[in-house]
Amino acid sequence: MASVRTTIKESTGDKIFLAAIYTILCIVLIVVLYPLIYILSSSFSSPAAVSSGQVWLWPVDFSIKGYEALLNTPQILTGYANSLFYTSAGTLVSVTLTVMIAYPLSRKTFFGRNALMMLVTFTMLFSGGLIPTYMVVKELGMIDTRWALLIPNAVWVWQVIIARSFFQSSIPEELLEASEMDGCSDLRFIWSVVLPLSKPILAVLVLMYAVGQWNAYFDALIYLKSADKFPLQLILRSIIIQNNSGNTVADVGTQIQRQQLSDLLKFSLIVVATLPVLLIYPFVQRFFVQGMLVGSVKG
Amino acid sequence: MEAATKRFSVRKSFAKHWQLYLITLPPLLFFLIFKYYPMINAVLAFKDYYVTKGIFGSPWVGFRNFDMFFSNPLFWSLIKNTLTISFYLVLAGFPIPIILALMLNEVRNQKFKRFVQLVTFAPYFISTVVMVSIIMLFLAPRLGFLNLFLNLFGMDSVNLLGKPGLFSSIYVWSDIWQTAGYSAVVYLAALAAVDPTLYEAAKVDGASRFQKIRNIDLPGILPTITIILILNVGNVMALGFEKVYLLQNKLNIASSEIISTYVYSIGLLNANYSFATAVGLFNSVINLILLVTVNGLARRVTKTSIW
Repeated sequence: MASVRTTIKESTGDKIFLAAIYTILCIVLIVVLYPLIYILSSSFSSPAAVSSGQVWLWPVDFSIKGYEALLNTPQILTGYANSLFYTSAGTLVSVTLTVMIAYPLSRKTFFGRNALMMLVTFTMLFSGGLIPTYMVVKELGMIDTRWALLIPNAVWVWQVIIARSFFQSSIPEELLEASEMDGCSDLRFIWSVVLPLSKPILAVLVLMYAVGQWNAYFDALIYLKSADKFPLQLILRSIIIQNNSGNTVADVGTQIQRQQLSDLLKFSLIVVATLPVLLIYPFVQRFFVQGMLVGSVKG
Repeated sequence: MEAATKRFSVRKSFAKHWQLYLITLPPLLFFLIFKYYPMINAVLAFKDYYVTKGIFGSPWVGFRNFDMFFSNPLFWSLIKNTLTISFYLVLAGFPIPIILALMLNEVRNQKFKRFVQLVTFAPYFISTVVMVSIIMLFLAPRLGFLNLFLNLFGMDSVNLLGKPGLFSSIYVWSDIWQTAGYSAVVYLAALAAVDPTLYEAAKVDGASRFQKIRNIDLPGILPTITIILILNVGNVMALGFEKVYLLQNKLNIASSEIISTYVYSIGLLNANYSFATAVGLFNSVINLILLVTVNGLARRVTKTSIW
């Protein structure tokens, strides 16, 4: 193949075409990166520089005042702690339930597996709607409890499909037969054979659910009432989108300074709310890609 | 005879694999309680709900709630806004990831390719609230980047989010910014699976890069394109509530009120349960019909479908 590539030279047309592609991709890079850099730089600039619109690319008058203000806002810290809890507990519940349905449905000898799969997939196409679901959660007494963020949205059908096709294609039938001969029970087989062999898909499930939980706000919006249970995203919404930061940044002095600090706080808050996910992302990108492929190619 | 052996083997399977059947119970309960029970609850749409009587004790009113919705002066504007934003999203948002994937596929410098992928993929991880916060900071009338940019050329600041005419564009293009890199991954995978001998044959025949894209790449990923298109169109009515709701304000409400935000405000904020359920049910049914139609069309035209 290499020899073919060197013997046939690129034509001028192809060179121009390729140059155009590189140019467009560089523009795409700038368009995607610029807002991210702008926000990061703003969050490390001085309140005055941000408020007078001096930041264009790099931080102006480097300062961490925004992050200090953030640490002095108790509701943000509570929100952060709550989000950490919802993310870890929710991910544990979701991954466990997903494996519990996806693995049995991947076994060819499982009676009624097609019917069950239909039952599960149908919920992707049709739903009762917002109000009927809300009524169920209400009837179960979950309103304004932490359970409301962990249970009603615990299993995503898409994840079940991805996990099931992974189990189907990567757990060799011979292993099951061999361990059945040895008198291994199903639970034991799952625990000591299936799970160790399924690390890639478990990583995908953990990541997808964790990112989902960390970023979720809608369930909190409709099910939670007391502010001490709010996840970070809900706090973020009230501070940035509804502009309720007036009393969060107390004892700063004059009104102008307060306004400047609250402008700055928005940038720092965006960085802090996104950082955990963005930090792990480069390390886990290949798992994500892998997961999407398993789901789309064989789903 | 055959039925008898089958029943026997089923019983044997239950006896031998009871643990396997047992662990499916919790997730199945989840689906029954949080997915199927709400479907039953949706009879609310045909009732006049009284809290004291409960869903099943409340009196039937037939299609009254639906009639109320259809004759509501807001009806056509809700439908129009929902469809405008979703079709705009499909038309603009659908081809871009394909083009991005085709371009990336031509890049031979692996480091550059990986870097572009890493960067364009990243915005996908930004939450809706943060995304809307970013949009608001960039479009803000006073300090927003776009207005500062306009000022630079001597133009006056504009409250971009307050203009109803711009709402769908803001929604769609920010969505593309956020998800194009993520969506491109599926096409890149499909491209990687295209038979390499086809390229070599094309090379020998002296095909240009553009001809290879048109005659090999595109046909190669057509099944993937079809599936994604069906899924996209199937989501037309299920337009993301969260982002629209967060971007809404009093000034742009004329073009930003869509069916799902309307259900939320009527149902949960004004506690008009039956009416909101009817509106939501109407939405779900239209969505299902769309999905089934597009799937059927795709199966007939390209022989690819999701079922």
